[in-house]
Amino acid sequence: MTPTEHAKKYPDVWRRFSPRTTLIQYAWYVGIVAAAVWSVSNLDLPWFYFLDAHIQALDLAERMWPPDLTFWETLAKPLLETIHIATLGTIITFVIAFPIAFLAARNTTFNTATWFVGRLILVTSRSVNTVVWGLFFVAIFGPGPLAGIWAIAFRSIGFMGKLVAEAIEEIDEGVAEAIEATGASRLQVLMYGILPQVLPVIYGTAVYRWDINIRESTVLGFVGAGGIGILLYSSINQFQWHEVSLILCSVFGVVLVSEFISALVRQRIS
Amino acid sequence: MLTITDLRKIYPNGTKALNNVSFTVDQPQVIAIIGPSGAGKSTLIRCINRLVEPSSGRIMLDDVDIASLNRRQLRKVRRRMGMIFQEYNLVDRLTVMENLLSGRLGYVSFWRAWRRKFPPEDVVAAFKLLERVGLEGYQDTRADALSGGQRQRVGIGRALMQAPDLLLVDEPTASLDPKTSRQIMRLLVELVNEQGTPALVNIHDVALAQSFSDRIIGLRNGEIVFEGTANEVTAEVLTDIYGEEDWSLTIRKEDEEDPVDGKTADKKTGFIREAAAG
Amino acid sequence: MSTSTAKTTPAPPRWNRMRMIENPTLRYGLLMLGVFYLFWSAGALDINWHRISTGIPRAGNMFARMVPPDFSRWSLLVKGIVESVQMALAASFFGMLLAVPLGICGAGNLVPKPVYVVARALIILSRTFHEIIIAIFFVKIFGFGPLAGVLTLIVASTSFISKMIAEDIENMPPGHLEAIRATGASFPQLLIYCISPHSLPRFLGVSIYRLDANIRHSTVVGIVGAGGIGQVLAATFSRYDYDFSLAILMTIVSLVFIGEFFSSWVRGYLR
Repeated sequence: MTPTEHAKKYPDVWRRFSPRTTLIQYAWYVGIVAAAVWSVSNLDLPWFYFLDAHIQALDLAERMWPPDLTFWETLAKPLLETIHIATLGTIITFVIAFPIAFLAARNTTFNTATWFVGRLILVTSRSVNTVVWGLFFVAIFGPGPLAGIWAIAFRSIGFMGKLVAEAIEEIDEGVAEAIEATGASRLQVLMYGILPQVLPVIYGTAVYRWDINIRESTVLGFVGAGGIGILLYSSINQFQWHEVSLILCSVFGVVLVSEFISALVRQRIS
Repeated sequence: MLTITDLRKIYPNGTKALNNVSFTVDQPQVIAIIGPSGAGKSTLIRCINRLVEPSSGRIMLDDVDIASLNRRQLRKVRRRMGMIFQEYNLVDRLTVMENLLSGRLGYVSFWRAWRRKFPPEDVVAAFKLLERVGLEGYQDTRADALSGGQRQRVGIGRALMQAPDLLLVDEPTASLDPKTSRQIMRLLVELVNEQGTPALVNIHDVALAQSFSDRIIGLRNGEIVFEGTANEVTAEVLTDIYGEEDWSLTIRKEDEEDPVDGKTADKKTGFIREAAAG
Repeated sequence: MSTSTAKTTPAPPRWNRMRMIENPTLRYGLLMLGVFYLFWSAGALDINWHRISTGIPRAGNMFARMVPPDFSRWSLLVKGIVESVQMALAASFFGMLLAVPLGICGAGNLVPKPVYVVARALIILSRTFHEIIIAIFFVKIFGFGPLAGVLTLIVASTSFISKMIAEDIENMPPGHLEAIRATGASFPQLLIYCISPHSLPRFLGVSIYRLDANIRHSTVVGIVGAGGIGQVLAATFSRYDYDFSLAILMTIVSLVFIGEFFSSWVRGYLR
């Protein structure tokens, strides 16, 4: 090293953020903590419940063990019904969500009004929870699996429609243009230019949603919309904890298997 | 400095990656390790700082047997070995300065590292190194905004921030274009000479290895099949290492550019040591 | 499906379009299976067609009673909504805190195998059960009210966020970990200097998304008595108070809308 280099003064302090940025960061932290504190303090949570919570939980666990295996016979039918509700609901979704998705995608919709209608349907469908849709359809159709199927379908339309619409908006415009340039009609452009590109996404989301729907349909029974939830609710209310634990085990199994199948199918598609 | 005796590595799947590897590094020089893909070059480098656990053998860094250390001792000894990677392995979302300072992690406490409050001498050393590797003024640039060559310069800087006794360099140029590769290798050689730190360099480019290294070790199937100077690498040697091929175009001609400055530094002049001294 | 298989003249080479499932036996087999399933499952369900046939006029009646929405009991509505939002905020906060250690333990490339297995088992277990099932248990243990709801949402948020963190950490290039380990950094230093810069954006993004999801879910856990607007909503349905139900639903939809807007704004800001 030459002496001139040695003479050069290097800074010995370095800061990642300017004071302003640091301040903003701290403001965020304070804001987040304040929001949490405000929420917790306003909820009037009875903290003393925690004192014996572990005893309660242990007591419950003790009462649940062992699962009542003889209950299996009663269980099988509603369990199957749960799967049917999810599957049929998803099939209906598939049919309905499809046109709505094209309506809600900017590049395939007819005009701004139709686009807005499409979006509105999707948002409404997604904002209302499956169980709330269940309440609604139970009020219309009366208790039973049909209400469940429609509840599943109405919630899933928003989910699938949104993802498919996004996929349509992201397609390669050039392909659609090329088909249009051959003098094809609007429907033909849809069939040959757009559909092949989004089909894998459609199948993928349908399978994915099916697996979510299995999970959702396990609780529809709480509002009377069919499936295993009815049984679970009544067993809990009658304090039949041995039955409850068997139901939970079966739900766990079904959800796990459906998740596995859905992952497998999606892997195959893509 | 570094003595490796009978180093073996057998992976859990049964692959014998290293078999009876022994060699010594006793002076500050660039030692290139060449060999075909899968010969065990990467495993060898990683066994030395135990990113890969060796199956048997001794790795003596001065008088410490690295292979027998527990986790805490291992961390201490890792501070003495700087590592440079093919994929640079910078923390993308951090700034250049933070990446350089990460070389000092072994020396600072958790809280200092968290608050990015490194000792002043570390910061001075980092600024000096930044200038030395040719990235003056880049301290606040995020690593993912740099080009490949620039990233590798930061990678080299990070390794040197450790004031290492040994540099472990894994394919430093494999992701770079030919010109940048030469620049990076030249920088590496210069730094080795300036700092008096020996460097073990995995490299698959034979011509680069010949141009920039003082010694070459040839690996094949986990065994050393050649050890010698760059000039001793002949077509027969390459055939021995890589297998039959026409090597006439690969071997460096004597009068080619880039003669390596043969002299090695006789004293240790690490940036950190210098900075600490004033 | 089939477009032009008829009239097989041998001369021109035949072209069939590419299909998702190449084997025709398998393709039509699956189709048949699907149709068969449709009939079987529809038949297997106990559907009271009589009840449904009366349902259509009932639906008309219901809609008639829903419109116009009744906002006159707005104080009840606001109280429920605020409670739901508070539940969502508190749950997101604690979920974020708990998810960090659980997510790190669930990353296979960081922790020893036994820790990984336990963490992953916890995540899978809590993810499998629907929020409402978890809620009903908390209601049994802690009684009716928002506490059960908050705890439910904490469990759901923790498992969701920690799964995302764990996956994000596992997807990081192994070299980045190696590089920091090679400097002699300790495990906590590795976390703050390598994992955190890598995973923080994803963590924040997922947390914000989860806040949005918690707002949605906080509106339903009330149905089994775990506090929030859902409790009010369920009550209106059982009392046939449909005009108030619609008012609540419209409020929920707009709340969710605001939540989603906020969430996408913050995520855009973070990027």
